[in-house]
Order: sequence, then structure tokens, then C-alpha cells
Amino acid sequence: MSKVKRGKVVSYNKWGYIFLIPFVVVYLIFQMIPLLSTIYNSFFENYRSGLTQIGPNFVGLQNYKTILTNGDVWVYAQNTIIMWLMGFIPQIIVSLLLGAWFSNPRLRLKFQAFFKTVIYLPNLIMASAFAMLFFTLFSDIGPINSILVQLGILDEPYKFLSNVWSARGLVAFMNFLMWFGNTTILLMAGMMGIDTSLSEAAEVDGATSTQVFFKITLPLLKPILVYVMITSLIGGLQMFDVPQVLTNATGDPMRSTMTLIMYLNKHLYSKNYGLGGALSVVLFIITGVLSLLVFNFTNKKSVK
Amino acid sequence: MNRKQEVSKGLNIHAQRTIAYIVLVLISFLCLFWFYVLIINATRSKGELTQGFSPFPSKYLLQNWKGLLNGTQPILSGLVNSLTISVFSAVLCTYFSAMTAYAIHAYNFKMKKFMYTFILMVMMIPSQVTALGFVQLVSKMKLEDSFIPLIVPTIAAPVTFFYMKQYMDSTLPLSLIEAARIDGSGEFRTFNSIVLPVMKPAIAVQAIFTFVSSWNNYFTPALILHSDNKKTLPILIAQLRSADFLKFDMGQVYVMIAFSILPVVVVYLLLSKFIVQGVTMGSVKG
Repeated sequence: MSKVKRGKVVSYNKWGYIFLIPFVVVYLIFQMIPLLSTIYNSFFENYRSGLTQIGPNFVGLQNYKTILTNGDVWVYAQNTIIMWLMGFIPQIIVSLLLGAWFSNPRLRLKFQAFFKTVIYLPNLIMASAFAMLFFTLFSDIGPINSILVQLGILDEPYKFLSNVWSARGLVAFMNFLMWFGNTTILLMAGMMGIDTSLSEAAEVDGATSTQVFFKITLPLLKPILVYVMITSLIGGLQMFDVPQVLTNATGDPMRSTMTLIMYLNKHLYSKNYGLGGALSVVLFIITGVLSLLVFNFTNKKSVK
Repeated sequence: MNRKQEVSKGLNIHAQRTIAYIVLVLISFLCLFWFYVLIINATRSKGELTQGFSPFPSKYLLQNWKGLLNGTQPILSGLVNSLTISVFSAVLCTYFSAMTAYAIHAYNFKMKKFMYTFILMVMMIPSQVTALGFVQLVSKMKLEDSFIPLIVPTIAAPVTFFYMKQYMDSTLPLSLIEAARIDGSGEFRTFNSIVLPVMKPAIAVQAIFTFVSSWNNYFTPALILHSDNKKTLPILIAQLRSADFLKFDMGQVYVMIAFSILPVVVVYLLLSKFIVQGVTMGSVKG
């Protein structure tokens, strides 16, 4: 970028600060102050026990100790990761496959615009409404059970929401449906960016399209795959709407679908600000580390 | 292109294409089936719904709709509240994100590098981890049950900023701004009457995304809005789930779900071309 000339330009550049004012003011008030007060809260004992308010009393790191040693948080972290993986693995496989097909000029697929529109659609659906829909569809007397019984696949309705793995499976399946279209479009853009002369050269040398995919496309796609994976993990840690509405905030059966944010939400509703604060800070640190990885990636690409 | 079927080791191109179409049709079915059942069931009466599934629509849609309107759920005010919050968020978020991006794009000042780095670093931090402090702040400001804490914070949206900045890098030459200066246009006027029109496509895409994420947001509004006439549609849907389910007319439940996702689906189908393109433009290029 060409350097600015001295003199008049200096007076223009104060406008850089002026135009930044709205962002900075709103950011400081609505994100920075809440972040700092969340951290501050995490060092105090502050909750309600029946009608009596306990605290706030300074307790140092006690809240962190409680949160990390009473075991609940590990169970919920495990649930979150399991459900994320159950959705993410099929998502990445399907997205790679579709991305490869869409970006393959030799396949010349028709109706691409239609298919892309359809696979992206679930991403825009209100997650709570989608979860409510799945709750009614997969309930014991719901249409899915009645279809399966009518077709003779099942003898009697299957209790999807009362079994650990089918309940987790439903959450994962919804996450898969909501996100694979987005991932497909991102990966496809990455694949389009790959120089076609590489794959053409390989094909001239007799490579099959499967070989081209695994030996050329996939290695070149690694950076964007890493990006997709980390952003998806950050999103996965925020998993809330779907399991919250699907299980009516209980995380049933037997807390097996309770996620970290659902746990946080519970503390926020019961106004247990000490433990809620500690949990928030732990989540902030985890997402912060993951964000830094993404930042490294974004920064390398955008600030040339 | 004289590379006819010499790929004898792999599948030939016709077989590959056939497999691709079969998989795509199956996947599309997987995406659309649920909405099909939703629409069919919204047209059926309570009695019909208990008799099991039928793939054909019935004729009770209007009756279900009327029943829903006369029921206990304040869905019309929910619709108005959701619309108000989403429209204002979309307008403020895109306008000010463009302004922030413009500050970084068009000017050279000491804090520029720091600000840009800072915004990129905080981009991925989820709002849930600061929700506790946010709720406390809102109650201290006496803004509980108000739409302000749901609308105003969207002015500082790092993701939208990043998209706008990317778009400016590729479409807004600094010479255009120089030319405006030579013509005597003030900086603020230049931004409003020259930069914003150039940014129209980016603003449109981001306005849709902000609208949709505001419309669908459940976590934060549920912590801020408490009175029935202030609640947004996602909160009402979640309430429906926690209420005693057997009391409800299932036909009405389906109508309500359809009602809350329909506006977004309609907007999406009208503008899908731009939206799908927009997803790629905002992402990092690999």
C-alpha cells in the first residue's frame, strides 16, 4: 500500500478514530465490562439458598476448585464433545464428498444451484424451532414412530428421547443437518482455489479421481480443513438451543445430553453468580485458546 | 479435452455422475423431509394427527391458525418483537460495521494495526461466556425487558466487520475516496454517499445474516426478556416445549413452528443465490 503524503492527509486521518468511536464505545460497554465483571464475579461466593442471599464474599479460587472437582463439569464437557464429534465426523465426510463433486469440472453436475440452496437451508432455521419440530416428530406417538410402525420396520414405537444414544444421536444429527451445507460451501471454495493443472497433470499420468482426491486435493486443503475444524469446535462448545429445547433443559436421559452452556444457563437462572462466573471464565479460556489458533490462520491469509 | 474414458482404473465418469446424483437426492431428501412433515401436519386436525402419519395434506390449516391466535401463546406480539429486534439489529450492525471497516481501510493512524488485530482476535469469542456480566450490567442499567440490550450491542460485530473489510479490500479503491476529497466532499458525507452505495452487495448479504441470527437467537433474549408481551418467537417456542404437552392441540403446535421459521425460509428462497455466494466471500480464502 502506498504511503501517505505529509501535510493535509494528517488532518484526514483523525477521521479514522472518529469512525471507530461507535464500535469501541459499544464494545467496551457491552462486551468488555461484562467480561471483566464475569471474571470479578468468579472470585466471590454469591448465590441464593432458599430465600436467603449468601454473599457476595471474597473466596479466592474456591469457585474454580468447586467447579473443576465436583465432577459435573467433566460429564457435561464429555457430553458436549461426544455430541459434537457425532455430528462433525459425518459432516466433514459428506462436505468433502459434495465439495469435490461440485467443484469437479469433469462431472458437470446439473441443478447445482438447487442442491446448494437445499443443503444450506437448515443452517438458517431457528434452532429452537427445529429442535421443537424434532421433539414432536420423534416423540413416542409422533409421526416418525408411526411411519416406522406402519412400514413394519418397528413392532412398537421406539422411545428416541429416553435412550442415551438415540437422544445424543438426534442432537448430533440436527447439528449435522444445520452445518454440513455451510461446511460444504467453504470447502468447495477452497477446492475451487486449487490449481487445476495439478490434478490434470496427475490424470495424464494415469491417476484415478480417487487418487487425485486423496493425494492432491486433500493435502492442499489442509489449512482450510483445520480452520473448519476449529471454528466448528468453538461452535460445538456453544451447543445450547438444540439440546435445551429438545430435552426441555433437563439434559435427559440421565444428564447425557446436558452441555456446558446448558449448565452455565442453569447457574444464570438460579443466580449462582460465583460458580457461573468461574464456569464462564473456564469456557472463555478454552475458546480464547482456540480463537488464537483461528486468528493465526486468518491473520496469515488476510494481512499480506 | 481429448481425455475420454482413459480413467479405466477408477469408475468411469458416467457411473460417478450417477452416484453423485443419487447421493445428492438422498441428502436433499434428508434436508427437506422434516419441513414436508411439518407443513403436512400443520394442515391436519388434532384427531387426524393421533391416527398416525399420512403423507397428504388435510384442510384444517386455517382452523389450527385461528385456534393458535385465540390460544394462550402471544404469538402476534412475539412476531412483532422478533421483527423489531431483528430489523433494527440488521440496520445498525451493517451500517456501523461498514463504518468501522472504513476507518481501518481508508485511514492511516497509530492505533490502526492494534485495532485491526484486536478485532480479529476477539472475533471468535462467544457471547455466552460474558452473558453473566452482561445480564448484571443490563439489570444495573434498568434495561431488563427492553429491546435495547439486544439491538445496540450488534453495533460492535467483529464478524460483520471482517466481512466488510474483506469486501472493501477487493472493491473500494482509495482513489475513489481521494477523488471525492478533491471534489470537496466531507469525510462523513463521503462515507454515506459514496462508500455505502459501493458496499451495497456486502451490506445486503450481512443484513440478511444479522437479521437471521437475531431472529433465531434464543440464549440472550431468554435471559433479558421476562414479560409475556416482550418475548420473542424462540422464547415462545421453548415455552411451548416446557408447558404440559398433552394439553396442546398438536396441529396448533405445528402451525406455530411453521409460523416462526417461515419468514426466514421465504427470504432465503428469494435471495438464496446471494446468500450462498456470500458465505464464501466472507470466509478466509485457503
